[in-house]
Amino acid sequence: MSLNVESLLERASVEAPAWLGDAQRAARSTWAATELPTRKTEQWKYTGINALQQSFAASSTVDVTSAELETLVPAIDALRVVFVNGHYAAALSDTAVPDGLEMVRFADANEEQAKRIAEYLGSALPADGHPFLPLNQAALTDGLLIDVAPNASIHQPIQVVWLAAGHAEAFSVNPRMLVLAGKNSACSVVEHFVSTGEGTSFTNAVTELLLDSGATLNHYRLNLEQSAALHVGAVHTRVGRDATLNSFCLGLGGDLKRVDLVTTMAEPGAHASLDGIYLPRGKEHIDYHTCLEHAAPHCTSVETFRGVIADRARAVFNGRIHIHSNAQKTSAQLSNKNLLTSNEAEVNTKPELEIYADDVQCAHGATVAQLDDLAVHYLMSRGISRAEAEVMLSFGFVNEVLEGARLEALRTALRPLLAERFARDPSLMRHLT
Amino acid sequence: MLTIDNLHARVEGKDILKGLTLSVAPGEVHAIMGPNGAGKSTLGHILAGNPNYEVTAGSISFHGKDLLDMDTEERARAGVFLAFQYPVEIPGVSNMEFLKASVDAVREYRGQEAYDSVTFMKLAREASKTAGLDQAFLKRGVNEGFSGGEKKRNELLQMLLLEPSLGILDETDSGLDIDALQVVAKGVNSMRSENRSFILVTHYERLLNYIQPDFVHVLADGRIVRSGDASLARELEDKGYGWLEDEVA
Repeated sequence: MSLNVESLLERASVEAPAWLGDAQRAARSTWAATELPTRKTEQWKYTGINALQQSFAASSTVDVTSAELETLVPAIDALRVVFVNGHYAAALSDTAVPDGLEMVRFADANEEQAKRIAEYLGSALPADGHPFLPLNQAALTDGLLIDVAPNASIHQPIQVVWLAAGHAEAFSVNPRMLVLAGKNSACSVVEHFVSTGEGTSFTNAVTELLLDSGATLNHYRLNLEQSAALHVGAVHTRVGRDATLNSFCLGLGGDLKRVDLVTTMAEPGAHASLDGIYLPRGKEHIDYHTCLEHAAPHCTSVETFRGVIADRARAVFNGRIHIHSNAQKTSAQLSNKNLLTSNEAEVNTKPELEIYADDVQCAHGATVAQLDDLAVHYLMSRGISRAEAEVMLSFGFVNEVLEGARLEALRTALRPLLAERFARDPSLMRHLT
Repeated sequence: MLTIDNLHARVEGKDILKGLTLSVAPGEVHAIMGPNGAGKSTLGHILAGNPNYEVTAGSISFHGKDLLDMDTEERARAGVFLAFQYPVEIPGVSNMEFLKASVDAVREYRGQEAYDSVTFMKLAREASKTAGLDQAFLKRGVNEGFSGGEKKRNELLQMLLLEPSLGILDETDSGLDIDALQVVAKGVNSMRSENRSFILVTHYERLLNYIQPDFVHVLADGRIVRSGDASLARELEDKGYGWLEDEVA
């Protein structure tokens, strides 16, 4: 059995708005010629795609009440947009937006907006990106445009919910988001990937973030799906002159979860901070492939990813830093630390440095460890049980990264989700939430 | 309260304690002094249940129970508190969360009701004042980025809240400036009572100028080679440990 999405692509070719048609048709032929990765493909060495070797139908929408949604998505004060199985859910979405912000689904774009989308969509994607990018584009019928005007500061975060609501037949969703952060603008966008119900879903989500000069964008990509939700996704970012990207990723759950973050420091003075936490357990598999393209001088990047891998779960972290020959005075730091809480847990971590400029500062480190016996003993010497001590230490290990997330409401909402991953018994997390 | 009889112990295959015998009655303060490498810290670690230390012979009875048969957390709940010489840093877990978890565990064991968070916050603030730690330290990660002195004050803070019946201070005075030393001593003195005992493990007499011990013991080569009252500490300060080691040999 091999990956089959033909019926879905057929339907997409009929449903796409006319102005998206060309991009979609071109992608379809690219996809047809795409060879799917195997274990021999370097970038997929530790992540097999066997789970994807089946037929996925086009998704149908499913009615979801706002009460159901509240159980899936942490409540924060935000402008909310919801897509269910790729279909815009008007009843669950906010439509009133503040001055300086345009937020519209592709299918509803007016002429001007359609022009903006057509101009920028795909512009941050490399020709040789990961093999599922053309599939996303070939399946494109809708998506979300977030367009922040120059000098606008949008105080309320934007919360985008991509919900996969399972039904009997396996289906695929190809979400797409384009964020245009205008000159000197500021904005926070939180993407939530969640799932409900039985059955297999395959989400192939592509997000493009384009930061113009001096823009600040805080981007959160939270993968909170259940195990049966398969996820392959990519975030491609272009950071302009003196612009700042603050990115935070969280990966929970999923029998197959692969996220590629490709960030290009395109102009001098760009800064990117990339933080991430992954917590696979059971038989889950989470893979973060990050790539920092330092393509201009005087740019800085700081990347911190941490994972706690439990049971028989597996994690993969690949941190590539590519410093181009003209990117003098680059400062790039990468740290990846992993905690294995079971003898059968596994992580494959690899920093990958390619440096062609000579006047750069580049530091990287990766560690794999188990819980520190002395720290466990210290907590126990204060009366805390071993089980609770282990939960506290695992939690603390990743909470350090969470504390760097800028949205306080989100930190508060995510803390219990993290604690819950480690505490098999709720009493063990009572002091952490 | 505490009876240690002929204790032999080793760490990493090396014999450290070679027949240590010590008896501590309720309300007493005992100072254990001795040269480096004599096994002073080993005693504290064994009382607290550090798994890296292996007891090869002897017994320890605490409130009539076999202490060596109790797990680390059970000892803590039953009233043993070791102020670590090198407190461990636990980033990502706030001091407040850690303190509440500890105090809850100990109170539950004693059959006392858990403090509600408001009451506990108040107690923690008071204790941090006594320990001379700014309240901001309650919100920071456990010992994370604390200076040596701040870590020792944080140990005192924990002891104040946990109200143990036996407090063991493992070289708490090392690395402390005189102000911090006085704060720690004042905290310990404020906790002295007829039901609470202390073992002060120290290399120098200095701490004993501030906390008056009832007994002073000299530990050399894994055994107590001499016991006396506070005047023994002064004698050691004057003469060093050499003369005692010679005597033992």
